[in-house]
Formats: sequence, C-alpha cells, structure tokens
Amino acid sequence: MRTPRAAAPPALRRKRRRELATTAGFLSPWLIGFAVFFAYPLIATVYFSFTHYDGFNAPTPVGLKNYVYVLTEYPFFWQAVRNTVWLVVAMVALRTVFGIGIGMLITKIKSGAGFFRTAFYLPYLAPPVAATIGFAFLLNPGTGPVDHILGRLGLPQPGWFTDPSWSKPSLVLLSLWGIGDLMVIFMAALLDVPAEQYEAASLDGANWWHRWRYVTYPNISPIIMFAVVTGVIQTLQYYTQAIIAGQVASGIAGNAGQQFEPGYPNGSTWTVPQLVYNIGFQRFDYGSACVVSLLLFVVAMGCTALLMRRRSGLMAED
Amino acid sequence: MTIRQTRRARRTAAALACTATLALIAAGCAGTSGGGGGQGSTGTKAKPVTITFWHGWSAPNELAAINANISAFEKLHPNIKVKAVSNVTDDKINQALRAGGDNAPDVVSSFTTNNVGSFCNSHEWVDLNPLLKKSGIDKDKTFSKAMLDYTSYNGDQCSLPLLGDAYGLYYNTDEFKAAGITAPPKTWSQFEQDAVKLTKSEGAGYRQLGFMPLYHGYETTTEHYAAQYQPTWFTADGKSAIASSPAFADSLKEQKTLVDKLGGYQKLSKYRSSFGDEFSAKNPFETGQVAMAMDGEWRVSMIKADGSKVHYATAPLPVPDNQVSQYGIGYQTGTIAGIAATSHKQAAAWEFLKYLTTDTDALVSFANAISNVPSTYAALKSPKLEKNAQFQTFLNVAANPGSNTTPSEPNGDSFIVTYQNLGYAYESGKVSNLQAALKKTAGQIDSDLAQAR
Repeated sequence: MRTPRAAAPPALRRKRRRELATTAGFLSPWLIGFAVFFAYPLIATVYFSFTHYDGFNAPTPVGLKNYVYVLTEYPFFWQAVRNTVWLVVAMVALRTVFGIGIGMLITKIKSGAGFFRTAFYLPYLAPPVAATIGFAFLLNPGTGPVDHILGRLGLPQPGWFTDPSWSKPSLVLLSLWGIGDLMVIFMAALLDVPAEQYEAASLDGANWWHRWRYVTYPNISPIIMFAVVTGVIQTLQYYTQAIIAGQVASGIAGNAGQQFEPGYPNGSTWTVPQLVYNIGFQRFDYGSACVVSLLLFVVAMGCTALLMRRRSGLMAED
Repeated sequence: MTIRQTRRARRTAAALACTATLALIAAGCAGTSGGGGGQGSTGTKAKPVTITFWHGWSAPNELAAINANISAFEKLHPNIKVKAVSNVTDDKINQALRAGGDNAPDVVSSFTTNNVGSFCNSHEWVDLNPLLKKSGIDKDKTFSKAMLDYTSYNGDQCSLPLLGDAYGLYYNTDEFKAAGITAPPKTWSQFEQDAVKLTKSEGAGYRQLGFMPLYHGYETTTEHYAAQYQPTWFTADGKSAIASSPAFADSLKEQKTLVDKLGGYQKLSKYRSSFGDEFSAKNPFETGQVAMAMDGEWRVSMIKADGSKVHYATAPLPVPDNQVSQYGIGYQTGTIAGIAATSHKQAAAWEFLKYLTTDTDALVSFANAISNVPSTYAALKSPKLEKNAQFQTFLNVAANPGSNTTPSEPNGDSFIVTYQNLGYAYESGKVSNLQAALKKTAGQIDSDLAQAR
C-alpha cells in the first residue's frame, strides 16, 4: 500500500523556491537567448509557412499552399537540392580527407614546420567574399593565369566558374584551399595519438596501413566525426561563396538596374540557402521562404542525428 | 542572518542583477519605432524638413547631374532639404521599406520598370493619382501612354517616369568602313552577315568580335531581343503567352543562329569572360573588343565621359526580315520614382517628386547631362534639349509607337527571370525541343503568378 506523500514543510518549500529562482536567474541569459534567437524565430517560421505574407501587408492563412508550391512548382527547389547534396557529399568528404592528409604531412615535417603550418592556415583567415573574388579572377577562362598556364602546357582549359560542369568542382577547390580550420584540429588529434601505440604496432610487424587502421583511425575518429557533422551543417548552409562566384563569373555585379541570375551558370551554383534569400528577400514571398527554411532545418537535424547515431554504433564496435 | 543565508541572498541578487541587465540591453536593442514627425508638413524656411531620396545613379557624371537637380530644387524650396543616397538597388529599397525606421527613404527611384507591379500591388509605394489631381497635373497630357503603362499597375499610379531609356545599335564606323559595310543593318539576316564580316579570329579566340550575342553580354538580354519582334507577353486573361506568341520562339532562334555563326557558345562564353565592367571605360564596345553592341542611350554620354577613342554611330536595332516596315522600334524602359508608403513626410516628398518628374527645365538639364530620353511631352519639345545625331536615334526609338516594354506583374521580374533561364539553356544547346520548353516555361510563369496573387 502506497502512503500519501506528506506535504513539505513551509521552510523547505521556501528553500526550494529560492533555489529555483536562483537557478532560473543564472540560466536566464541562456533562456533569454534561446527564446529570442531560436524558439521565437522557429515558431514564427512555422506560422508564416502557412500564410501568404509579403512583409508589408498583414499575413493571410493559405494552408498548405506554400508547401505545394515549393515542392511541386517552384522551379529552382529541386535543382538547388541536387546542387546542395552534391556539394555536401563532395566537399565534406574531400575536405575531411584533405584535412587529415595535410595534418599528417605537417606533423611529419621536421624543419620549417611553423612556416608550413602558417602557410596552410592563412587562407582560412581570408574573408570568404575576397577569397571567392580572388579565385574567380585566377580561374577566369579569358584572362586568368591558371588557364593561361594550362594552355601553355598543352592541357585542357576548363571554363571553371563559367561552365556548369566545372562550377561546383571549382567551389570545392576553393574550399580545399581554405582547409586551415580542419588542418589545425586534425594536427592536434594526430599529435595526441600515444607514440607507444605506434611502437607496439611496429613491434607486431604492422605496416603503414595497419598502423593507420588500428592505431591512428580509432584515436582520431571522434575528430573525424566532428569534422563530418560540422561540415555537413556548414555545407547545407553554403551561400556566400556560391553567390559571389556566380555574380563575378556572370559579369553582372547586381548594380542598380541590373538583373542578376542566381545560380550562374545555368543554375549550377544554386544552393538551398540562396533560395531562401531569393524567395524571401527578392520575391518577398515570406511564406514559401519559411517552407524552404523549415525543410533545411529538418534535413540538417536529420543528418546530424543520423551521423551521431552512426558514430555511437562505431564507438560501441570499437 | 546566517552565513549560508547571506551567500544565498548574494547569489539571488547577482542572478537578478544579471537578468535585469539583460532585460535592459534587450529593451535597448529593440529600440523604438516611428515618430518621424512632420507627416504632411513641408517645413518652413527657418525650420526646413529633410527628406531622404534613394536613387541608383553612381557614375560621376550621373551623380553630378542629380546633385545639381537637387540643389536647384532646394533653392526653389528653401523649406525642404534633400538627403540623397546613391547606387541603391531594388532589393535594398524593398528591404528598407519593409524594415521601416527613421533612415528609410521618403522618395525612391529605380532604374528598372520590372518591379513596378510589385511596388504597386504591395502598396509599398503610394498611389500618386490623388496627388497628381490635387496638383492639377493631367498625367495623360504630361507623359506618353507607354511611360504611364510601365509606371502603373491595375490603375495604381505608384510611380512616375523620371527620364526614359531606349535601346538601339552602336556600331564602330572605322570597322564598318574596313569591312566594306556602308550602312547599319536593318534586318536580322543583314545583321548576321555584318557580324560575321566584322569578326576577326585569333588562335582559339578573337582579336575582335562583330557582336556579342550571348544573353550575359550585358544588354543583350532575352527581353531586349524579343522587343524587336513586338511580343505579347500575356493573354487578355493574364496567362503567359510566350508559347503562343511567335515573337519569343523567333527571337530565341535568331539569337541561337548568331551564337552558332559567330563561333559557338563555348568560344563566345570564354571571350565574354574577358570583358570589363559594363559601366566603365572597360566596356567592350568602348575598348574595341566588339564592333557592334546592343545598348541604351546612356552609352552616348559614357563614351564621351570615359574618353573612349572609338568612332561610332547609332541606329535602331534590326527587325525580322518579314517585318522590315517596323524598322525603328526598340525596347523602351526608364527610371521610375515614387513615394514610400512608410514616409512621414509625404507632402514634402511629393513637392520633390513633382519637381523631378514634371519640371521641364529640371528634366531637360538632367537628360542633357546623362543622355537620357526626357519623359514629358514638354521636355521633349524643349529647345534646350541637346540633340546630336547619335542621341537622336534613341529619341526616335522612344517616340516610335511600335517600341515596347515588359509588362508590370505582381511578382516583379520573376517572369522575365524564368524566360531568361530558358534563354540561357537554349543558347548553350541544352534545349532540343524549343516549343515544348516554351510551353513548360509559360506554365511555370503562370504558377509563379498564381502564387504571388
């Protein structure tokens, strides 16, 4: 037989209330930040996604119309989704492999390591807009030095940012140039692998592949997972480099009176975040922009959860 | 009070202090809105009202001209001061008017007529019909019908024309002479022949190109080509007509013919990437990289201002071979100006807008300074209007009843962008069945409009 819970004495209740107030007080900076910058915008985004709203006149409810429009009628949605998926797969995979490779290389260098670390890290500090403009000029098929050199060597001269089949690889190239962030964390992780584990593996006759597979990889796999998860989230939000490269390569800077075609060339650099800007702040169809934002949010959450679950499985196996 | 109670009290006080500070910061960030004061007031000489004017001009000669107009206005109206903000795009205008605040513009202008439907439909820009009536201005007797059409939507006159633009052909007379061409082409087939004759290959590229036909070749846009075919963009019931009006298929095919005859998409695309900025002395017509260019009347003054050595003349753009009687037409558009609905100083804003758009001397001096087409009947007849031979071409195009423009739609230029995308795909050889692609594009335009309405 269960006995009824006795009511706490008034002094204890007062103490609990004070403790709750103290805890809430110290949590309040986070709570306010969460409410203002996450909860409210998220709730508002869900609400506006069911309305026709141009940002100037009052929103009017339209049910699922915006969802139907975005998913079945808006011409750039699936094109941008395909481009974004392409970039996520290629960019995240190559950046991770390249980051590990550069990290391993840097840790092996005996003399001048400081110089090379600085040299590989510096591009990461370049502002994305400046770096993209610089790349667009270097890779300009008409006047850029890269194609000029390739031509002198008798090699094919790609159209880079002006060719739909080369524009996304060019963006990947740009992201590999700015590998400094991943290089630093992989370098730290590699230096953290206990040297005695390599010595033991060598004594057991392990070759370089075995040392990598059974010593290096298990030690740095949490860092690889971190790089992949953050890489996926960042690439799903890929915006600045894609739009700047398109603008510079198209020769239309978006001055007054100029119509800039997003996704130049031939929609090959459209990414989902660009759609949000295009629908929301150029077409002023906030309802549809909210739909795209929500879909992006759900996909980012889904990818992260999936990767984290996969990581838990790998950790259990290890 | 015990030591424990004292500590607890301090912790609680610290937490409350944190909360109070954050709340104050948050309140400060939120700021206060509105309160512009002086709504409807035109100020006094002792206490003038200041209005903010956003415009798109950025070239030195253009800035000098608009600033001279502003100074002249301020002399006439010492009760009103104008704070001008240059190089503003439609995106910025749209965003600023939605955000509001004290720094938002009172008088706004745009270089393109593409977004008039959006400005009027959303009521971001006020309907000027009551103000015109109150000021005794008969708009039908002041502006041409074409200009009134592209500054209004569904009867809402939310903007007025502030100088007009007309498109024509610029051609290098030295190169014409060297190639044995005696007169500018009147039809597209003559144009094709001339463009080929004027093209000089060099290795895998060009030493000089007769004409850059690609849709990214600055002013060689899909709608500018289409204007030469007198297109019907929408049916009477508001549906896209690009699949049914032959003008679109014909103009796309003509442009593709030019692309193929002049070296193909890849070669032209690579050459195009070597061009400098359109609105600079590096413009390919001014540098001699191309011998012919489709451009607006403003290039006349820019060539002069840039100190370009190119010897040139102007003519109307060609027309289809079976419509030679229509020769002389062209795409027509213009700068537009209006009053922001969020403005608290609309009376003063109207005084300024009225001066800019209807004062004959102001329009003529501005048109002379930046080589634009005057936008009122009175300014066009003004003896003060400078009319050199090259500029006269554009005045004639603007006055031609066959000249046309793109219509105003509630989703701005979305239908033009959708049609442009078809053009980009077609010129690069990605479209095999043009008619099917036109039908699909028309369906897309209809869907987008249904979503916007």
